[in-house]
Amino acid sequence: MGFVTPDYGTIFWMFIIFGIVLFILKKFAWGPILKALKDREKSISDALNSAEKARKEVAGLKASNDQIIAEARKEKDIILKEARDIKDKIIAEAKVQANAEAQKGIEIARQQIIAEKDAAISDIKKQVAELSVMIAEKVIKKELENPKDQDILVKDLLKDLKLK
Amino acid sequence: MIRFIRPLLFIIFAVIIGAGTVHASEEAVKSGETGHSEEFNAGKFVIEHVSDAFEWHIATYGKTHISIPLPIILYSSNKGWSFFMSSKFHHGQEAYNGFRIEHEGKNEGKIVELNEAGEVISLPIDLSITKTVAGIFVSVIVLLLIFLSIAKSAKKRVNKAPEGLQNLFEPIIIFIRDEVAKPAIGEHKFEKFMPFLLTAFFFILINNFLGLILPFGLNVTGNIAVTLVLALFTFFITTVNGNKHYWKEIYNPDVPMWLKFPIPLMPIVEFSGVITKPFVLMVRLFANMMAGHMIVTVFVSLIFIFNKLMGVEAGFGVSIISIAFSVFILLLEILVSFIQAYVFTLLSALYFGMATSEHH
Repeated sequence: MGFVTPDYGTIFWMFIIFGIVLFILKKFAWGPILKALKDREKSISDALNSAEKARKEVAGLKASNDQIIAEARKEKDIILKEARDIKDKIIAEAKVQANAEAQKGIEIARQQIIAEKDAAISDIKKQVAELSVMIAEKVIKKELENPKDQDILVKDLLKDLKLK
Repeated sequence: MIRFIRPLLFIIFAVIIGAGTVHASEEAVKSGETGHSEEFNAGKFVIEHVSDAFEWHIATYGKTHISIPLPIILYSSNKGWSFFMSSKFHHGQEAYNGFRIEHEGKNEGKIVELNEAGEVISLPIDLSITKTVAGIFVSVIVLLLIFLSIAKSAKKRVNKAPEGLQNLFEPIIIFIRDEVAKPAIGEHKFEKFMPFLLTAFFFILINNFLGLILPFGLNVTGNIAVTLVLALFTFFITTVNGNKHYWKEIYNPDVPMWLKFPIPLMPIVEFSGVITKPFVLMVRLFANMMAGHMIVTVFVSLIFIFNKLMGVEAGFGVSIISIAFSVFILLLEILVSFIQAYVFTLLSALYFGMATSEHH
């Protein structure tokens, strides 16, 4: 059974060859290969981590965006409400002012009307007086042709004057 | 660099094979002259196929042996160093320069030194490049070509996707790292042992596969000397890296005192475990690969046995079954190749883990 007894020549060569190959591969193959694997794994996990981070950041941004939008909407509502209030107030004020103005105008007009009326009345009075005087003159001229009539007239006139 | 190495290697191989073939044709003429017919001996056929040899036998066609001659390196106290090619032995049939391959007796298969009268006087120290050693060289060249080129592309393509060979071997390297080394040795210490684990794994794997290519008939991992050296490497690395805890478990394990004193029963058991572990590694790989090769050759020799016993028709009939079984066994051997490489690496990693673990 020759093949179960190890041959020292083969042991000798195997030791030398395997030792040298182990050394060469360790130095020139396994080192770089394992390092490359490690580096690649690291870069992949780094990339994944940064992607995850970016995703989280984007999610955060979105949330803050939503918040900003909500705030803006709220602010918009407030502004609109304020504007409406201001509008109402302005309208109300304008109304009040217009009313006051109108009232003032009316008052002035009334006063003018009263003044005009008074003037007109006094004018009418004056004219009436003049006309009356004129009529009276004429009447008197005609009436005074008769002395009796003159007396009666004076009496009547006096009576009237008293009443006034 | 590799661009130049590849064609160079091809030329070297071509020259070697060419030389072998030319040599073979010369041989054919010679054996044709002597012309003796040999009976088929199945046992011898099987053993020859799984044993080491001084030449790389590829095929026999008729009486022509096609083989690659390999260098013989001998040292004897009488003649000093001798170097010559194994072709000088003419397939072991002739003596050369006072040396001869013994075919029977206690020195069967070994080179013996002869005196002038042709009597055996001594066994020279034999450091020949046998078939197994040549197989180791071939597999190591393949190993270096593959992994140096992978290392080159790994250095060139930093943080990029792997390509080509790198793509093929990286998953295996990652498997060894993440499924074998890390769980067995531990997250912090495994890196130190990775070079040996990877070298051993791929050396065994490549040799298992080279052994499956029948025409080359290599049986490197089925050679006990090779598995012995691999197991010794594991043993040395384990012993060198053994920490205080590891040695305490061996010399002073946590067992009742009467198991340690006056007869150090447990230390003896523990110490035998230290020796047994690499021994088991050696035998497992050797036996598995050897058995696979043997089964294939046995199935093939069945064809010839039936041919001789019951005639050509029986030989043909059996050849169908034999070939089917051989193919089945070969496919099984592909699986076994992976499993044995994996098991050797895993067990080595477990031993390293035991040697470096801090507590239970």
